[in-house]
Amino acid sequence: MSKYSVMKGPEAFLPPAAACEGVVLPDPGQGLIHGEIVHEDLVMEAAARQFLTAKVPTLFPGPLVLWNWNENAAKKAVAIKALYDVLKAHNPGALHIPMPDYRPKYPKINPAIEINPNHPNLTIWHNKIDVCMFVGVHCHMANLSLKIIRGGTDCYTIAMCAQAGHEDAMLTFRDASPDKINRLTETVRRVKASGDF
Amino acid sequence: MGKEKIKINPEFYDIMPVEYQELVEEGTYGKEDRGWKDVGESKELIEEHSLCAGCPESIAFRYVLACLPAPEDTIMVGSTGCTSLVFPHVAVHNIHSLFGNQNAVASGLKRALSYRFPDKVKDVVVLAGDGATVDIGLDMTLQSWFRQEKFTTICFDNELYANTGGQSSGLMQKGFVAKMAPAGKKFDKVNLPEIAKVSGCHYVAKMTVSKPNRVEKAIRQAILIAREVGPTYIQLYTPCILEIGKQMMEGLQEMRDSEGPNKRFEFEEYISEEAKAYLETIDPKKKKKKAITA
Repeated sequence: MSKYSVMKGPEAFLPPAAACEGVVLPDPGQGLIHGEIVHEDLVMEAAARQFLTAKVPTLFPGPLVLWNWNENAAKKAVAIKALYDVLKAHNPGALHIPMPDYRPKYPKINPAIEINPNHPNLTIWHNKIDVCMFVGVHCHMANLSLKIIRGGTDCYTIAMCAQAGHEDAMLTFRDASPDKINRLTETVRRVKASGDF
Repeated sequence: MGKEKIKINPEFYDIMPVEYQELVEEGTYGKEDRGWKDVGESKELIEEHSLCAGCPESIAFRYVLACLPAPEDTIMVGSTGCTSLVFPHVAVHNIHSLFGNQNAVASGLKRALSYRFPDKVKDVVVLAGDGATVDIGLDMTLQSWFRQEKFTTICFDNELYANTGGQSSGLMQKGFVAKMAPAGKKFDKVNLPEIAKVSGCHYVAKMTVSKPNRVEKAIRQAILIAREVGPTYIQLYTPCILEIGKQMMEGLQEMRDSEGPNKRFEFEEYISEEAKAYLETIDPKKKKKKAITA
């Protein structure tokens, strides 16, 4: 049986969970690229290249960073905004679209201004998003969303997870912290300055 | 707690949809005198719902949410039924339980919250229909009262299983003919308020939602008593206009017609001696009077 790779979709109406296909989560200091465990630095580089080559790179901040519920959330918000500013300076088409909560909003979702985990494909299709990063989304909702995106769109997904990472994203970080988000921002700056992307 | 934890990080304020900005700026979290009069005046904790047009349950839901003493520290437990169509739209923490399990889930939740937040007051409020409270979940409902679990149970009594087409429920009137009960209800409406009294509830009220002041007082008293004394129960008549053949503007009149003297929803209230004593300690007017007399 060939090894399963977590690649851009659209894969299928009901794509399999990557965990069921043998993809395992990384250990601290590691990440996943297409389901393969690699050193975190490689994930940083790969994520930076994806952002810099995308037509509409987009950040999807979730409730854990949108709401000022503790000091760490406030620091993460500052770090994410800094990353967004760097992406926007490079590509004016860059977006950051919030996922304020997880309430299903049928049929009134406004895909231009928000993303909902129960139908993330609407926001991706509407804004023609080709690379996105989830940050501050609770794991169970991120897993659901990442699978729907992989199943029905051709968007490249990155997960900046504060816990153990996400198999269903094409790139995943684990143990996200303000420092790690700042490192990603620095990596984007460096790769951009090198011109090698 | 109030509003201090319900803040948007300034970096994201401008991209948040306006409904969330309004919830932070104009919501009634932390407002001590919040009540039904806030409905239409400030940002409500429920503005859109998926119930039928004119459904009395929708206004009952609004009153309940507007009257919670501390919505930011309240967790509601719902069950299967029309109420479960609304909970996903509500800006209060809530849990959907299996059909009938709501009082068992609330028992565990209340205990876990008291261990996790020993220095804070966390209210647990069960809100379920008559099928979940009286038929399928009667065991869980009664056992939680026997155990003196400190939370409030609210039953939206529409006297049948409305969501599934009109089957007979324990709270249906005797002889009532519904779409899925063509032979008529065979036995009397279960007198759950009486059962609640003898099962250990410290506050029991039965009413319609046609008088919002009364609903507000009952909800506040029930939740405050449940915090300190023991279980409380409120039964609200929220007729299903579709299943009883009414038009959308006739729900209010149906409730008024059902609450007159000797009607089945004539207002009834029971407060245990222990709960009365507790209410006196928190009533500002009585407190003041006591201080003057002393």
